[in-house]
Amino acid sequence: MTKPPAKFDATLMATILERFIPHCREIGMTMVSATPERTVLKLPYDARLAGDPETGVLMGGVITTLIDTTGGMSVNMRLGEPTSVATLDLRIDYLRPAKPGETLFAAAECYRLTRHVAFVKASAWAGETPEAESNPIAECLGTFMIGDASAASGAVAERPGKGRPA
Amino acid sequence: MTLAAILAEAKRADAPNILAAAIPYFRFLGLRVEAGDAGLLVVLPAERKLVGNPVLPALHGGVTGALMEAAAILELLWQRPDALLPKTINLKVDYLRPAGLKDTLARAHVTKQGRRIAHVRIDAWQDQPDRPVAAAHAHFLLA
Repeated sequence: MTKPPAKFDATLMATILERFIPHCREIGMTMVSATPERTVLKLPYDARLAGDPETGVLMGGVITTLIDTTGGMSVNMRLGEPTSVATLDLRIDYLRPAKPGETLFAAAECYRLTRHVAFVKASAWAGETPEAESNPIAECLGTFMIGDASAASGAVAERPGKGRPA
Repeated sequence: MTLAAILAEAKRADAPNILAAAIPYFRFLGLRVEAGDAGLLVVLPAERKLVGNPVLPALHGGVTGALMEAAAILELLWQRPDALLPKTINLKVDYLRPAGLKDTLARAHVTKQGRRIAHVRIDAWQDQPDRPVAAAHAHFLLA
C-alpha cells in the first residue's frame, strides 16, 4: 500500500477537491477551511444549477451534492488521511430556499468514527453575512463507509489494520 | 414562457422531455425522460463532469441524489393537474452500490398524495432494475 505523497492536511484536501474531483471542479466547489473537527466548503451561485426556471432558485440536489462532499471530506479530515470514503446514507431537511445569487456554504463534523463507519452532522447556509450561518438552509445527518468504496457492493476488500479508533 | 405553459405543452405532446428541458439543472445534468405505464423513466447519461470519485470512477453521490429528486419532481408535475413546482421538504438517500460511469436510470412512485404534502419513493439503477445503486424517499410540499 502506497503512502500519501505529502503530509495530509487542508491544503492537500483542497487540491483533491478543487482539481481531482471532476464534478466539484465543474460546479466550482472550493474549500473554506478544514480541521479534524470541522470542514467548510463553498459553492458560488450558478444559474445552470437552478431548479425553478422562473425564480432561479437552486435545485435541492445541488445542496445535496455540497453536503455529501463536505461530509465525506470531514471524515477524511478526522481520519487524517485521504482514505476512500463512500456515502452510505444522507438524510437532509431543506429548511428554506437560498436566494438566487447567494453563495452556498456547508459545514460538516464527523462526530463519531468507528473502524468501518463514520457518523456525520452537516449544515448548509447561504450568503456571506455573519448571521447567515445561524439561519441554515439545510440540515443533514449522514453515514459514510470508510476504507473501500466498493464495500457498498458487498465486495469488502481486505486491508491492513491501521490502528484506527475502534 | 411560464412553467405552467411549458407543462401544458409537454402534456399535450405527451413529451415529458419538454418539461425536463425547461428546468436549468435538469438540462445541466442532461436528463432524458420517457413516459410509460409504470410512470416516468428518467435517464441520467454518463458524463465525466458528473464523476465524484475519479479512481473507481463513480458518479458523485450528490448527483445520484439529485437524479432521484428530479425523478420525483418530474413524476409529481406529470401526475398532478396543476403546475405547482414541488418543493423538497426532506430527502433520505441510501447508497447501495457504487454508481459507475454509466447511464443511470430512476423511477419515482408517489406513495401518498395528500392535500399539500406528497410522499415519494425513488429507485435508481444502472444495468439491472433489480440491482439498485440507490433507494430514496422524500416529502414534497405542493402549496
